Amino acid sequence: MSHTPTQRKLPGYLSALLTTFLVVWLIMAAVPFLWTLWGSFKVEGDFFSKADWTNALTGELTIAETGGAFTGQGYYGAWVQEEFWRAVMNSAIVCFFVVTISLTCSTLAGYALSRSTYNYAFWFLIAALIFRAMPPITLVSGYLLPFFEWNLWGHLSTTIIVLVAINQPFSLWMMTSFFRNIPKDLDESAMVDGCNRIQAFRHVILPVMWPGVITTGLFSFLLAYNDFAVTALLLEKDNQTMIPKIASFLGTTQTKGNVMFAVAAVISATAPLFVLILFFQRQIVSGLTAGAVKG
Amino acid sequence: MTKMTKLMGATAAVLTMGTAAYADGHSCTAEGRLSIIGNEFPAIQSVAALAQSCEGLEAEANLTADHQSLNVPGMTGDPAEYTSAIVANSSIVALLNEDVIQPLDDLVAEYGADIPDHMKISVNGEIMAIAFMANAQHLVYRADILEAAGLEVPTSYEEVLAAAETIREQGLLENPLGGAYASGWNLAQEFNNMYIGHGGEFFEAGTANVSINNEAGVATLEMMKALSEYMNPDFLTHDSNATSAEWEAGNVALMNMWGSRTGVLMDDEGSAEEVYSNTMVSGPLMVGDSGVPATTLWWDGWTVAKNISDEDAAATFQALAHAVSPALLNDETMSQAVWLIDGFEPQAVNEGVLASVAAGSKPYPMVPYQGLLHTALGNELSDFMQGNESAEQALADVEAAYTAAATEAGFIQ
Amino acid sequence: MRHKTFLLFVAPSLIAMIALIVFPVISVVIQSFHAQHEQVIEVVENCGPFGCTQTTAVNQEATQALREAEPLGRWVGMDNYINRGHLAFAELADAWSSSDTWGEWWTKVMNLPFYSAIVFTLTFTFIVTPLTIALGFAIAVAVNSAAKAIRGPLIFVSLLPFIINPIVGSLVLFWMVDARGILGQAIQWLADDPDLSVKASTPMMWIMLMVYGIWHSAPFAFVVFYAGLQTVNQDTNEAAMIDGANRWQRVRYVTIPHIMPLVTFVALIQLMDNFRVFEPLISFSAEAHAQSLSTYILSDLTGETVLFNSAAATSVLTVICVGILLSPVLVRTWRDFKRA
Repeated sequence: MSHTPTQRKLPGYLSALLTTFLVVWLIMAAVPFLWTLWGSFKVEGDFFSKADWTNALTGELTIAETGGAFTGQGYYGAWVQEEFWRAVMNSAIVCFFVVTISLTCSTLAGYALSRSTYNYAFWFLIAALIFRAMPPITLVSGYLLPFFEWNLWGHLSTTIIVLVAINQPFSLWMMTSFFRNIPKDLDESAMVDGCNRIQAFRHVILPVMWPGVITTGLFSFLLAYNDFAVTALLLEKDNQTMIPKIASFLGTTQTKGNVMFAVAAVISATAPLFVLILFFQRQIVSGLTAGAVKG
Repeated sequence: MTKMTKLMGATAAVLTMGTAAYADGHSCTAEGRLSIIGNEFPAIQSVAALAQSCEGLEAEANLTADHQSLNVPGMTGDPAEYTSAIVANSSIVALLNEDVIQPLDDLVAEYGADIPDHMKISVNGEIMAIAFMANAQHLVYRADILEAAGLEVPTSYEEVLAAAETIREQGLLENPLGGAYASGWNLAQEFNNMYIGHGGEFFEAGTANVSINNEAGVATLEMMKALSEYMNPDFLTHDSNATSAEWEAGNVALMNMWGSRTGVLMDDEGSAEEVYSNTMVSGPLMVGDSGVPATTLWWDGWTVAKNISDEDAAATFQALAHAVSPALLNDETMSQAVWLIDGFEPQAVNEGVLASVAAGSKPYPMVPYQGLLHTALGNELSDFMQGNESAEQALADVEAAYTAAATEAGFIQ
Repeated sequence: MRHKTFLLFVAPSLIAMIALIVFPVISVVIQSFHAQHEQVIEVVENCGPFGCTQTTAVNQEATQALREAEPLGRWVGMDNYINRGHLAFAELADAWSSSDTWGEWWTKVMNLPFYSAIVFTLTFTFIVTPLTIALGFAIAVAVNSAAKAIRGPLIFVSLLPFIINPIVGSLVLFWMVDARGILGQAIQWLADDPDLSVKASTPMMWIMLMVYGIWHSAPFAFVVFYAGLQTVNQDTNEAAMIDGANRWQRVRYVTIPHIMPLVTFVALIQLMDNFRVFEPLISFSAEAHAQSLSTYILSDLTGETVLFNSAAATSVLTVICVGILLSPVLVRTWRDFKRA
């Protein structure tokens, strides 16, 4: 992409406007994180600071209860006492397999959908999209009885397959649009040269599809990582993933929870995403640029 | 009256447990499978851990806040995934309705000679569950604020209103009352308390037909509305977590709160010294002139699944019977709950629950369709609390919502 | 592509979706036409630690026979759809005949849970979707005009609201807007009203939910549009400039048409996700002020007695609504497909 100098130069007022807007947006986007990060080193009374909001900054109760203005109690409680690392491992397993399986299925199907000219390819996509509209809580409640009956309930593998299925319509849609932007001539000329479909896919399409795959993969990853409805009801306490684990720190009607464990766990759970986005933001943009979303 | 004598017996048992402690001679062995589903609070964790420690068991426990969504499907299959569900008097009805738990009379006769009668929950003469702990909502108050305002500890909601007015007038606190009035389950529970306190009956006797749109219902809503005038304006979003947080911040002087939550309010964490050292508990509040306290009593107990082998049922029963025997009680577990187990020594924080039992409070109704009414109340009352509709309209809405749900569930033909 | 090859390629995806989406959806549709068996109720005496009470219970022996005869429950046709909890035809008719003014009729309709849920859901969808797209586009333009060196960090920070877990993100925001929290205090100071509470008023709660909705999804729109801006054809742009088009005209006639397909894509995903709005309502304890179709389903599924049939009916209605909502987009996609 080339930018002519004239295009880069903005009139002063416009540039000031855009800068102001950008600063306001960045503050809106970042402050809740910074606030939570800061608060995670306080005790609960200061984090909520219902008596006076400045307590959250000065840490009055934190000093009274722990002797210092900052405390690692929340992190200690979540990671050591409540063994949050188990949930992290489970999340890692779930995410890894959801992304791999989901991408394999949607890459193959997306390719076929983009290359088929029959009407059923269209209706296949549309049906997938409409089915995606079914609220996941209804689907999950429907799974419970048969899953218990067939002894499928509570295993990580069941949850992985369910997440893959629920995620399929979205991945399919993205991969299909992505493949549509790879010229048909490419694989068709390979087939003229004597390759069959599968060989053409492997030798011609596979090498050029990575940007789209990475972008779609990141969306699948976020879905699996952040899922609550499916994991909360389909996993046993022992193999819980992070988000239900965090929810379980919040307490119930009759008993108080450990909100600070939850806050510390939230920060811990978000940290890997930071790293991920740092590494992959270029790929997300280039993947989308390469056409995964051109409709 | 058998009801009264049994109630007194139970109360006496609760209050005199300190003397009944005896050494637990036998350890626990049981051959078979134990798989528990239940809520995740510490008292249940302790019970489940002790049950799992029995020798010869193939044991596991799934303790989660979502237990209510999982226990019925998990016990429906044959063999059932879970051999036992730990439930409360509100949630046992779902298991009874779906017929997934078995009567325990034979097992009690064979293995449960040590289980005292007051722990047995019977339905229509059959023992269906063994209760091990009790809970109730009762008054929590700030002694220093009441003293500063020159007030006695209130014993009725009418006195609470008067006290709130005095405290506000004197400028001690802006919103002196607290309460778990969050729209949904909590708000419905406060309605239940207050309605029972007004002497109301939820259903026409012997049927599933609701009847709450009456004098007691209107009086209940009006009292709740009057109380809410003295609460933080956000009260419809305050569940018991948020209410407790308000308390610890020192913004509240009087509230109706779960006995199981008073421990953390009275310890030195989360609040300033003047707040926690002046936090006191008292018995349940009365309302109107019915003579019944405006609160409900709760128990938690364990059940045994129906669709499991006799061997597993026996193992489950033995392990859990051991887990709720005096062997459970030690320095750590003693303060986790108001145990119904012999040998329990009540702590200061437990006074409120014990006073609720002693005052003759009613248990939360163990009625097959109470849960449907609870949901309907939770969904429909917030319009009234916000002043958008009349009490009669709100109650009519509740009745209509309940009737639609109960018809679908087959309770109303 | 031949049918057989096609089938081979889509098989894994197809099997997963048929087993875990299509079958469950069919089962949900079937169950939405059924209700539970009539329960045989008897009066019993229950005893426990707090004494004995006369109450009612389900007679299992009598009910068992009914269960075995019809395992799915009673066939009730459209009853679940037209009862008070859903489309409430009888109540609507009654409200119509008993109201003198439109206002009165509207109040009565809003008192019905399904209609109040759908009104919130639609309002949310139709306000949040366009604003998300607008904000996302604005951020994309702003980031795109920033110096290249700082674009990386800008993209990173801008993506934060999107990657955070919705339940947790909205909970953090809920804590912050408490009347005594930092945002709540800021709002009170801005409005110059020390008693203002976001959580206590219905309009403020709606605004909060929508602000959260936009905050959460704007980064998604942003990243898609930003990617699109990288591929705007500079030749066209320059040609337009030579023709004397000003900055605004170039945005209007070159940039916007170029990213139009992206707008369709974002609108499609956003319409669908916003229509199922769920997490923020739970985290904000917004039940008193706003109920969406998804939270309405949840309340059927999480009570002590689960009303699966009712939840199934609401879910089917949700899918139908989404279908109607998406139909313009679908028609467009159909045209594109035929053209390709």
